[in-house]
Amino acid sequence: MSEMPTGSSDVQRRTVLKGLGATLGAAAFATAVAPLRDLPNRLSAAELMQKHYKELDEDDKRTILNRLEDEAARDYGVRPEIRDQPPRSGTKFAYAVNLSVCSGNGKCVEACHRENNHDRATNQSYIRVLEMPKGSMDMGRGNTTYRHGVPAEDKFYMPVQCQQCDEPPCTDVCPVQATWKEPDGIVVVDYNWCIGCRYCEAACPYHARRFNWKKPEIPADEVNPVQGYLSNRIRPQGVVEKCHFCLHRTREGRLPACLEACPTGARVFGNLLDPASDIRWILENKRVFVLKEELGTKPSFFYFFDK
Amino acid sequence: MSLGHDREQHWISYPRFLVRAVAVATDGPFGFYAWMTVLTAVALVGANAWANQVVQGMITTGMTDHVSWGLYIANFTFMVGVAAGGVMMVIPAYLYHDEEMHNVVILGELVAVSAIVMCLLFVTVDLGRPDRFWHLIPGLGRFNFPISMLTWDVIVLNVYLLLNLHVCGYLLYMRFLRRPPAARWYVPFVLVSIVWAISIHTVTAFLYEGLGGRPFWNSALLAPRFLASAFVSGPAFLIAVMFALRRFAGLDLPSGPVHTLVRIVRITILINLLMVVSEVFTEFYAGGAHTASAQYLFLGLDGSRGLVPWIWTAIAFNVVAAGLFLHPAALRRAPVLISACVLSFVGIWIEKGMGLIIPGFIPSTLHEIVEYAPSLVEWKITAGIWAFGLMVLTVALKIALPILAGRGDDVLAKNPRATASPVAVR
Repeated sequence: MSEMPTGSSDVQRRTVLKGLGATLGAAAFATAVAPLRDLPNRLSAAELMQKHYKELDEDDKRTILNRLEDEAARDYGVRPEIRDQPPRSGTKFAYAVNLSVCSGNGKCVEACHRENNHDRATNQSYIRVLEMPKGSMDMGRGNTTYRHGVPAEDKFYMPVQCQQCDEPPCTDVCPVQATWKEPDGIVVVDYNWCIGCRYCEAACPYHARRFNWKKPEIPADEVNPVQGYLSNRIRPQGVVEKCHFCLHRTREGRLPACLEACPTGARVFGNLLDPASDIRWILENKRVFVLKEELGTKPSFFYFFDK
Repeated sequence: MSLGHDREQHWISYPRFLVRAVAVATDGPFGFYAWMTVLTAVALVGANAWANQVVQGMITTGMTDHVSWGLYIANFTFMVGVAAGGVMMVIPAYLYHDEEMHNVVILGELVAVSAIVMCLLFVTVDLGRPDRFWHLIPGLGRFNFPISMLTWDVIVLNVYLLLNLHVCGYLLYMRFLRRPPAARWYVPFVLVSIVWAISIHTVTAFLYEGLGGRPFWNSALLAPRFLASAFVSGPAFLIAVMFALRRFAGLDLPSGPVHTLVRIVRITILINLLMVVSEVFTEFYAGGAHTASAQYLFLGLDGSRGLVPWIWTAIAFNVVAAGLFLHPAALRRAPVLISACVLSFVGIWIEKGMGLIIPGFIPSTLHEIVEYAPSLVEWKITAGIWAFGLMVLTVALKIALPILAGRGDDVLAKNPRATASPVAVR
C-alpha cells in the first residue's frame, strides 16, 4: 500500500486508537469483576479440583474431611468432627407420621434446624408443617405460616420433608450426578459437587430441597460438631441440600433428630427390611398413604390416621 | 493473483483471516463506536453485578426456595427461541432455493450464534457454583446423560452453536480467500442445522415439560408452543435487524426476504395464539387444583397478582401484532411492520419468559404462594447479557457485511482491490 501514504497513516492512527480502546476496555472489565479478587482466599485449589464422592478412595476422603474440618474451624470458630458414615447392609429406611396425634407444635422443625446446622438468618429447616382443615386433603387449603396456639379446632397438621422416593425425580434431572439414592434408601447430595443449577428444586414435588442462597451463618456455640459428609456438615454457599434422614445418626443406630424432638409420638422411623421394626408394624396394621401417589415417585415416607 | 498462490496452507491464511476479521469488525463510523461503547458500558455493569452475585451469593437475587428460577432462566428460554427462529431464513434459502433469501441467510445464522451465546451466559449466571462448571463437561465431570434433560440441552445448544459458527466461518473464510465456497463443506451442515434448530427448542421445552410435580409445565403442548412462538420472535427480530442494516449500514437489501418472513409470521403468530387459547380453555373449563398456576398468571390467586398485568400486556401485544402482520400494510409500510415486530417480540418475551417460568413455581408444590420480583442485580446482569449479545451480533454483522451487500467492495478479502483503503467500509 505504498501508493497510499495518507491511507497508511490513517490505518496506523486507527490501530493506535483501537489499541487504546481495547486497553481501556480490558481495564474497565478488570475493575468490573474486581469483587472476584476475594475468591482465591475462600476457594482453595483442593476444593476446586475435588473429585465426585463416588470417585474418592479412603485416602482422598481422609484428606478431604480434614480439609473440611479446617475450613469449618476457620469460618465458624469450632472444629467439627466430620465423618463419612457408609450405608449399612440389609437396611432400607422409612418414616411414618401419625396425623391423628401430630399437634403442629413445630418441635421437629426446630430440632432439624439445630441438628443440621441450618443458616440462622433464614431460619432454615428441612421440614414444613401444613395446617389443614379437617375433612380435606387439598394442600391448597393448607397453611404453613400459622402463628397461634396448637392444635387449633377443626385442624390437623401434616409435616412434610423429603419423602426419600424410590423413583426420585430430583436425582434424574441433576446434570452432574451430584445427588443420588443410597442403598439404604436415602437420597443424598454431594455438596462439593453440586453446581447450584437448582433443577432438582424444580423437579421435586414435595418442596423438599433447599438452596444455600448465601453462606450459612451459625454462632460458634450453636454449631452441632457431630457431622457427616453427606448430611449435616455446614453447607457451602450456592449448593442444594435436603433432608437425609439424619444419616449421621441413623446409620449408627440412632433416631432422627425430628423424631427425638417430637413430644406427641407421632413419628415412627425404622428399617423396612427388619420384620420386627415398628415401621413394619405400622405399614402392616395401619391404613397408610403417601403424598401425591399419582406422580409415581414411590415415597418411603408414609402418613396415617389412627382414630 | 495466481491460482497457485490461492492454494496456500490454511495454518498461515486462517490466522490472517482472523486478524482481517478483527480489523474489519472494529472499523466504523462514529455512530458505530458510540453504539459499541454504550453496549460495553451496559455489559460491564452486568459483569460487575455478576461478580458481586458470585461473591455474596444468590441472596442478591429475588429468587427463593419457592421460586427457584427467575429472570435468568426466563430470558434463557426466550433466547433459545430466537436462536431457533433463525432457521426460518435457512429453510426458504436451502430447502426452497429462494435465491434472494440465500443471499442474506447468513444473517439468520449470525443471529443464532449471538442468541446461543446469550443462552449459555444466562445459564451460567444462574449457577450457584460457576467455579464447578467443569463438572458439566463430558469426560471431565460426571455428565448425567441421557437421564437428565439438562445434559441434552447442553449438547444440543453447543452443537447448534458450533454448526452455525462453522457455516458462517467457512463462508466468510472463503470470502477472504476469494474462492467460491464448496457446497460439500457447508451445505450438509446447514441441513443438519435445520433439524438441530427444532431440537434445541424441543429439548428446552422438555426441561420443563418432563416435571410431573409442576402441572403448569407438565403439558404436551409446551414443546409445540415453544416452536410456534420461536417462529414469531425469531423472524420478528430478523426483520428488525434487516431494517436496521438498511438504516445504519446503508445496505441495499432486497425486500423479498422480509416479505417471506412476514408470510411465515402471519401463520406462526396465529398458531401461537391458538395454542394460548387451547391452554387457557383446558386450564379453566375443567378447573381443579392444577389450574392454580394459570389462575395466578391470568387472574391472580388469593390476592397475589404479580404477573396479571404482564400477561395481559403480552396477550394484547400479540393480538395487535397479529393484526398488524396480517394487514396488507405490513408489506408496504415499514413503520407498521416494525411496530408489529417490536410488539410480538416483547409480547413473546413476556409470555414465554416470566409468564412461563414463574407460574410453574406459584403456587409451590406444597401450594404455598410466594411471589417473585427480580432484584436490581438480576436486571443488571440480564441487561449486561443482552448488551453483550448485541455486541457479538454487531461485530459478526460487520464482518459479514460484504456477503450481505453482495457486491465487489470486498473489505474482508485479503489484498482488497475494489476499495481505496481498508477503512473505507461504510
